[in-house]
Amino acid sequence: MKKADKFVKNAAGRMVPTIVNGKKVIPFMGVNKYKPTHRGAAPRVPTCIDYPKNGNKIVKSLKEALIKSGLKDGMTISTHHHYRNGDYVANMVFDIAAELGMKNLRWFPSAAFPCHAPIIEHLKSGVVHHIEGSLNGPLGNFCSHGKMEGLGYLRSHGGRYRAVADGEIHIDIAVMAASAADMMGNANGVMGKHPFGPMAFPKADVKNAERTIVVTDSLIDFPCYPWEIMGNDVDFVVVLDEIGDPQKIVSGTTRITKSPDRLLIAEHCAKFVEAAGILKDGMNFQAGAGGTSLAFVSFIQQMMIEKDIKARSIIGGSTKFLVDMMEQGLTDYIFDGQSFGMDTIPSLRDNPNHIPIGVFDSYDFHAKGNLTVMMDVIVLGSTEVDVNFNANCVTHSDGRMLHGIGGFQNCMLAKCTILAVPSFRDRIPVIKDEVTTLVAPGELVDVIVTERGICINPLRKDLIKATKNSGLPIRDIKDLKKEVDQICGIPAKSKLSDEAVAVVEWIDGTILDTIRKVEK
Amino acid sequence: MARISSAGNYGKEIRSDCKVTIELTKSGGLKIDLASKVKEYFGDQIMSLAKKELEFFDIKNANILIEDRGALDYVITARIESAIKQVSDTKKKYLLPIIPENTNQTMKDYHRRSRLYLPGNTPKLALNAGIHKPDGIILDLEDSVAPAKKKEAAILVRNALRSVNFYGAERMVRINQLPMGLDDLDHIVPHNVNLILVPKCETAKQIEKVNSKIEKIKKEKKLKYNIWLMPIIESALGIINSYQIACSKNVVALAIGLEDYTADLGTQRTAEGKETFFARSQIVNSAHAAKIQPIDSVFSDVSNMEALKQNVLISKSLGFHGMGCIHPRQIPVIHTGYAPDQNEIEKAQKIVDAYEEAKKKGLGVVSLGSKMIDAPVVKKAQQTLDMAKIGGNK
Repeated sequence: MKKADKFVKNAAGRMVPTIVNGKKVIPFMGVNKYKPTHRGAAPRVPTCIDYPKNGNKIVKSLKEALIKSGLKDGMTISTHHHYRNGDYVANMVFDIAAELGMKNLRWFPSAAFPCHAPIIEHLKSGVVHHIEGSLNGPLGNFCSHGKMEGLGYLRSHGGRYRAVADGEIHIDIAVMAASAADMMGNANGVMGKHPFGPMAFPKADVKNAERTIVVTDSLIDFPCYPWEIMGNDVDFVVVLDEIGDPQKIVSGTTRITKSPDRLLIAEHCAKFVEAAGILKDGMNFQAGAGGTSLAFVSFIQQMMIEKDIKARSIIGGSTKFLVDMMEQGLTDYIFDGQSFGMDTIPSLRDNPNHIPIGVFDSYDFHAKGNLTVMMDVIVLGSTEVDVNFNANCVTHSDGRMLHGIGGFQNCMLAKCTILAVPSFRDRIPVIKDEVTTLVAPGELVDVIVTERGICINPLRKDLIKATKNSGLPIRDIKDLKKEVDQICGIPAKSKLSDEAVAVVEWIDGTILDTIRKVEK
Repeated sequence: MARISSAGNYGKEIRSDCKVTIELTKSGGLKIDLASKVKEYFGDQIMSLAKKELEFFDIKNANILIEDRGALDYVITARIESAIKQVSDTKKKYLLPIIPENTNQTMKDYHRRSRLYLPGNTPKLALNAGIHKPDGIILDLEDSVAPAKKKEAAILVRNALRSVNFYGAERMVRINQLPMGLDDLDHIVPHNVNLILVPKCETAKQIEKVNSKIEKIKKEKKLKYNIWLMPIIESALGIINSYQIACSKNVVALAIGLEDYTADLGTQRTAEGKETFFARSQIVNSAHAAKIQPIDSVFSDVSNMEALKQNVLISKSLGFHGMGCIHPRQIPVIHTGYAPDQNEIEKAQKIVDAYEEAKKKGLGVVSLGSKMIDAPVVKKAQQTLDMAKIGGNK
């Protein structure tokens, strides 16, 4: 089986395969051009009498649960990433699979982290055939060098939900970590000894998987409520000593940046939002948990206080900063899909206006509307942009996989999507003639904000008009690129081979770009 | 003379800099090794730049190691030159072309509300200094540079004056205390510096020495542009002599350095600042008497913007026109603080209007209500309006 075959040029001008890991895929057809009409996934129909009458589904080990779930060669196993870099569960699952002599499994995580480096051994030995999910850190490096047996398949958070709900991906066994669960499998992430926040990512898995295993380190008396996972969807419950380290949810980035240049970028973003007339009562916005995004939130917070403005909602990636804003009366609601710090959990648990959301609610392209589409403004980071406003967030300029897509693509549908980026990093320009990997088509990127100026997409005539006399450093992106090239010099082109190692899926399920093997 | 030398900085935390090590050999030609995080993109360019420079200095046989952390060409060439000058007594200078943005001159009364200090031997801070829009940037050769690094810092600052775009900020250099500072002038005077800060200045005689060295270099190199001086008064003696210093040629502003001043007095610097009140007022008075700008000391608590704001307001009320800063985030606070308030603007506008009215009518005497207005008052009012126009944030 060829990893990738029958390449064609898609509507974005990128060469993409039409066969990936032996399956037919559809090349990107243009923004909003592909609307499938088929019916979605149909889960197995269970019967309640096949489950214990007392509701007790506890089995004594994860190994037993996997065996009872019918673990076989070639199966698809899913996990979620609410513990982020502190997750223990995925490694345990594949260690057991190796012990049981399994081969050719497909790991389908909602995201992978450097803590999952041990999976590399299972990729080498053939226990895991390939990963469909974000590839970064050691796993990204491994895949970038073409060492993975199958082709990597990168989806956005919304795209992952969509792939399951549309029937593209069938999960055989979902292994879902929960900080608290009862014997029946009712579970959440806000109780127990190591809470991690809302449970946004498991929802597609538990509804559609052939078998669902809930793994917890805090078994509590029935009923475990709120039940973000309902016991009715669960086959087995496993109680372990430790399932993850919530201290490692927070990476070094969840602090307001101290860099004067990044603060300036954040300030430019906030001033732009104000000048464009977006900052007003009842606004809805999203900001990530990176240092620059947090600084943006902090500037917006000051402006809201000074102008007596109250938002209707903020979508997180919740942080202490968002919780503070709600407690100061600066927003009515927080929609929370992922916690970026233990200090947000009391609010999520106790404040009814701090609402846990799922990926379906916030991001799914095949939902009947979603929260992100309703956002007035979203600020995101990016690894590269180009003069046509195309954006990359997964690979470095040398083609190496650095980050997952996360919600990046899904956020492109907001009313105003801003990319906040430095114009160069360590002499390497961030503004290119053409991005190395296309992750977001330029027509959806509204504004690129750097420390040296603000570039508005020519398609957004409304934003150009609104900010015309704002005094902000609004510039043509080509001029800005020229200035940056003068400072840095023009970098030599990276040497990438023709060999495909992964594909980037667009939110509608079509193939947007191909990631190539890194030579060195 | 040594056969092996090195210049620059390299390490995990270092950015936009490089370390160059040179070992002269008897034969075997040039062997250049490059370790760089940007090798894939700029490796070939760095190698050919290094070769060109080594040829320029007639280095024929040497082992060279360049350990790079994303340094730009002006940094790489400065580090190579500094390393070479430790193993060879060449007088040559390897200069990259000066960028057109760095050839402008400044006027005597250019506004100098904020001047951002940049350690002269730390390139990463220089690159983006201008985007924060200070009125001036100071490439510092004095306190922020370790004694062993003074020579390489002077070469780096020279190159920065030619190559780094400071986006319109006045280009200032703080030289070392005299007599060492006089040697620094050789490196910076020929490269379009706008203003030189003379630290620990105590007598007008010192300024005379600086002026005559500058004149000598300008004459030799046939340079036409003005180089202004800003002496920094940092001692009891300097305070007493401040008027004579302020009256010296090319002096456009008088700054005060309070850390050294309080040390000289044997007292502690307090938040309230009673111990420095006399000195600050003396500086303000001497500067105004000499019709130059009085500039206040830096505020060192970079995380406390509220305290900075209060400090600026007091400084303004004492009569200072500006202040040094050590973090870019201080700049807008300083600009806003020294900007005229609404009352001052309205009052100034009335005076200027009355003047224009009188001029139109051909009256020799300007009056506002029952008060006569002198020419200096009109000029001051015009300055206030100009300050208001450039705003809190240039």
